[in-house]
Amino acid sequence: MVYLDDKDIEQRILAEVADIHTTPTGAYNIRVNGKAQSRNSTANIQITSREDGSGININIKDGTRNETCCIPVVIAASGHKETVTNEFFIGEDCDVVIVAGCGIHNCGSQDSEHHGMHRFHVGKNSHVKYLERHYGETEHGTSGGNIMNPSTELFLEEGAHVEMETTQIRGIDSTRRSTSAEVKAGASIVIKERLLTNGTQFAESDLTARLIGEDSSANIISRSVATDNSRIKFVSNIVGAAPCSGHTECDAIIAGDAKVLAVPALDADHPDAALIHEAAIGKIAGEQLMKLETLGLTAEEAEAAIIDGFLK
Amino acid sequence: MLTVKNLRYDVADEELGQVDIIRDITMEVPDGQFVVITGPNGGGKSSLAKCIAGVYHPTGGRILFGEQDITDLSITERARLGISFAFQQPVRFKGIEVFDLLKLASGDKTLSVGAACQYLSEVGLCAKDYINREVDASLSGGELKRIEIATVLARKSRLSIFDEPEAGIDLWSFSNLIRAFEKIKSETNGSIVIISHQERILEIADRIVVIERGLVKAQGTKEEILPGLLGTDSAYPSCHMADQEGGAF
Ligand SMILES: Nc1ncnc2c1ncn2[C@@H]1O[C@H](COP(=O)(O)OP(=O)(O)OP(=O)(O)O)[C@@H](O)[C@H]1O
Ligand SMILES: [Mg+2]
Repeated sequence: MVYLDDKDIEQRILAEVADIHTTPTGAYNIRVNGKAQSRNSTANIQITSREDGSGININIKDGTRNETCCIPVVIAASGHKETVTNEFFIGEDCDVVIVAGCGIHNCGSQDSEHHGMHRFHVGKNSHVKYLERHYGETEHGTSGGNIMNPSTELFLEEGAHVEMETTQIRGIDSTRRSTSAEVKAGASIVIKERLLTNGTQFAESDLTARLIGEDSSANIISRSVATDNSRIKFVSNIVGAAPCSGHTECDAIIAGDAKVLAVPALDADHPDAALIHEAAIGKIAGEQLMKLETLGLTAEEAEAAIIDGFLK
Repeated sequence: MLTVKNLRYDVADEELGQVDIIRDITMEVPDGQFVVITGPNGGGKSSLAKCIAGVYHPTGGRILFGEQDITDLSITERARLGISFAFQQPVRFKGIEVFDLLKLASGDKTLSVGAACQYLSEVGLCAKDYINREVDASLSGGELKRIEIATVLARKSRLSIFDEPEAGIDLWSFSNLIRAFEKIKSETNGSIVIISHQERILEIADRIVVIERGLVKAQGTKEEILPGLLGTDSAYPSCHMADQEGGAF
């Protein structure tokens, strides 16, 4: 056990990123300031350190159902920089929930950085729900930045289904996120991304789905809000190399002097690939604000309610 | 309750120059009464309602709510004084659920599911199916319209204004809708203004105001106004037709 000076900070961050309030049940690995603080494997989910020390491997046995694996990361030391690789080997016919997330509490003047690489091998007919939450906070009057560059690679075997939800709301000064998925026959992936930037933050998300098997599908739904002087760049690319269906939806709200760039690409490599892209970027509609004002909300309360709903 | 005095509203149009939308409207909504505003399409009814709710800023005249002059107040201030407005074309919100909207409307963050369901039932929606639906493009026109009305019911205001509440609502729920209006009236002891082209709504009015080309063409009790409206071939029957053909939106 590593005891931090301030156990409260750690507890609060774990609650933010992984909804952990007491010791979690099921398999878990909690990493604090670069070290495994606690770990638990179960009969079906084995967590082991990688030989090169770069992170952990998670092995999930065939047929594992209704189990959860939780692997949050906390950085509470200013200036801590780390690169972690975690690899998931998920057997066939599983139905599991994986919760990852990283929270940074920066109390000093140096940048804290977390580069996390997650690679998923999802076996035939397995269902995986993957939740990832990024959270940052800076102590008042300090100048250290919080930087996160997560990258996720997913390989879906036949009939597999992955639902990935990522959320990053305030607190992360700079992020470059890259996600790629390779989807075989009958497999499907749904990626939901939620992003809010403020101040002078910058966020870039690059998503690629390669649909390589018959009846594979991908649905990428991005909702982002850029406020103040922040910037968001969203790049999506769906490659249809088989009879498949792909859909991306990028919806962004801009406020203040923020900027949003959406770069959608559809690449139909097969005559029976059906690919759709939708994108909409704009301010909050005046009508929406007015409607909520007629319910008694102030303009500021109305804007907050609209953004909260949008990112829910 | 509400007094509108010599109201004017014009907008500057690039091609047409100044467009007079409301030219001179003076009318009154007495305490605890049903006032129905009717008249041909484009006559200025919605614009009048928006001026009362504070969505539009009139270019002349005054609006009094009780004794208070509210002409220069914001939408929020008027809402907090007790004015509610159900839009003719309700707004959609991505991500906001019906339950969220009802909580905001009632001003009660801890509004129970039961209480929220009650409002939905009053507008003829099976509450269970709708409470967690998003108020987005997936709702049909009629569903959205009913939810809009439910948000106003939830506010229990002293003055509730409904802009063509019946548009897009099927016949079955029509009588329920009228019952819902009667319920707010008795619960809040408030006044209700309904903009409508429907005879059945005109029939429940205490007072009727006919608006045409930005002016009050006639106003008075139902007994004074209704026979004249139904008996002539004024613009009213033609907008009645247009309303039925066009449906809600
Ligand atoms: N913001 C605006 N700019 C320009 N013209 C407007 C504006 N708002 C309303 N108008 C015009 O003013 C007139 C009155 O519109 P309003 O919506 O008040 O009519 P209405 O009586 O509610 O009609 P309906 O029965 O069709 O709902 C219309 O001719 C409309 O086109
Ligand atoms: Mg109208």
